[in-house]
Amino acid sequence: MTLLRLVQHHAPVFKAAARNNSYKPSMMRSFSTFGALLHGKPGVAKGDGPYTVHFVTPEGETIDVKATEGDTMLDLAQRYDIDLECACEGSLACSTCHVICDEDYYEKMEEPSDEENDMLDLAFGLTDTSRLGCQIEMCKDLDGITVRIPSATRNLRVDGSKPVHH
Amino acid sequence: MLKRTFATATRSRPFRLAVVGSGPAGFYTCHRLLKEHDNTQIDMFDALPVPHGLVRYGVAPDHPEVKNVMTTFDKVAEDPRFRFIGNVSVGTPTSVLQVADLKAHYDALLFTYGASEDRHLGIPNEDAYGSTSARTFVGWYNGLPRDQDLQLPLQDTDTAVVIGQGNVALDVARILLTPIDDLRKTDITEAALEALSKSKIKNVHVVGRRGPLQASFTTKELREQLSLPNVRFEADQQWIQQQIAAHEDAINKQRPLKRLMGLLAKGRKDNTGDKSWHLKFLRSPVEILADNGNVSGIRYEMNELQGESFDKQRAVGTGQFEDQACGLVLRSIGYKSMPMPGVPFDAKRGLVPNAYGKILQSPDAAQDDTLPGMYTAGWLKRGPTGVIVSTMSDAYDTADTILTDLKNESPMLPDDPQRSDDIVPLIQQRGVQPVSYRDWKKIEAAEFAHGVSIGKPREKFTSVPDMLHVLQPN
Repeated sequence: MTLLRLVQHHAPVFKAAARNNSYKPSMMRSFSTFGALLHGKPGVAKGDGPYTVHFVTPEGETIDVKATEGDTMLDLAQRYDIDLECACEGSLACSTCHVICDEDYYEKMEEPSDEENDMLDLAFGLTDTSRLGCQIEMCKDLDGITVRIPSATRNLRVDGSKPVHH
Repeated sequence: MLKRTFATATRSRPFRLAVVGSGPAGFYTCHRLLKEHDNTQIDMFDALPVPHGLVRYGVAPDHPEVKNVMTTFDKVAEDPRFRFIGNVSVGTPTSVLQVADLKAHYDALLFTYGASEDRHLGIPNEDAYGSTSARTFVGWYNGLPRDQDLQLPLQDTDTAVVIGQGNVALDVARILLTPIDDLRKTDITEAALEALSKSKIKNVHVVGRRGPLQASFTTKELREQLSLPNVRFEADQQWIQQQIAAHEDAINKQRPLKRLMGLLAKGRKDNTGDKSWHLKFLRSPVEILADNGNVSGIRYEMNELQGESFDKQRAVGTGQFEDQACGLVLRSIGYKSMPMPGVPFDAKRGLVPNAYGKILQSPDAAQDDTLPGMYTAGWLKRGPTGVIVSTMSDAYDTADTILTDLKNESPMLPDDPQRSDDIVPLIQQRGVQPVSYRDWKKIEAAEFAHGVSIGKPREKFTSVPDMLHVLQPN
């Protein structure tokens, strides 16, 4: 999957720069050589789409978003600024966009490919309804789906236990 | 004697962090920290002028998608609160900076310099011509400057033996057996392509001490290996099936293992080919056989597995030996971290002792006996295993530890008169030219341009002088 990449700048960075007197920030710089990830598909804006997807963040917050045909969960996360890692940018070479789906909706999806399952094997907190966010494509059947983003950290200190491996 | 005060970040005074090592561990820790703590200034050092650690020098050239993570790192580098300071070595006898220098200029230090060395077998003739580590071979074909003078008898033998059964072992086996025209389209160095194009190697044996259930490679890599064109797969399938059957219940409880064993048992479809790769088990190398200083073979002691559950089984020597003729031996038994003066080190485990990323006073220290302002992440923290997602998660854990300490106003490094000074003038005074991220992007642009002209995604500079030359004004 190749996507053009454009540079994305965020306002909060300027606030931090202004506060630091001793550190002289350079001009806003862009280092991406490839252009930026067009959020979702070209020409699709926030709020577009007939479908609804509910994201649940690791902190337990629910975020409801609109989605169009073919949007992946990763596309949506990026369009709506929801934190979902994508180390390999959707090329089935990592498991950082791991999400957990409702069982009902999971049953409606096609079986993951061998390649996706190989990557899911390495995901933390894998469940029976886990998928890679970059591989789930929106369609009518999945309208109203809830996807939960598991915590990326192992949270060892919270209860002192280690994650159970499948 | 002046009373020392401990520095903490305040509204007007930023939290200043120095990061030693610019691979995924360093970058992901910074990514999290910058997101969650506004008033932060980070300087990240690397001994090389080029960043990204093993993403650049470890990931195989035919796995470019794994390297997409560099885009995440570019975004971290775009943050004005972050500076990359390359070409600056820290903590060795010849380094321009020592840990004490960093302690003077920063509130806290984060060590993410990974594992740059490799483990040795400790057997006779390990240094014979034709015997080296997988790490060196990988460094060589990925353009790591220190490994560029590697010489191997690729033209003198048709058989290579790789000791170890992890993903690095499969990487090197795959590179030795991939059709040269496929490698030509990658960012493998021209020098490696030239040498591999003349290689006579047709058979690669990947050898482990124990059995298939203890192999550390993962399903994706095994699947890739079994799909290599024109490469037969050879293994004692009957024995493999026996092992799987003997531990079926335990295997079925672990999804990744179940899938891996399923794939291994299934083997390769239409299993023919002029070349071959072999999985050999229950063999511990005891001697490399050499003829006039050149590798001619390897001697194994045969093992048996002792123990009930497969994850606790040990290899025990039987006193029986087997010789195998070969011309190349690559040991792939693990990377190893080096100690740095000023940083506690657990020599036995090969890592920096820590509690959730906060460095402990010593390897035997209690979990709460930590050093203020000293942190670690990545392979240096937990040992040299795991893929990028493991390091990402680990780095976020360390970032959370730092964030908790900042929230609780835990003591950081003792205050110092030089604390607010920029360290770059000091580096320049000592005769070293630091390389910024913008400079790195110029080097990278030159690598892209050079690559495109010869049909590759990039052609890496393989020496530091060549890298720095790009930055000289015309």
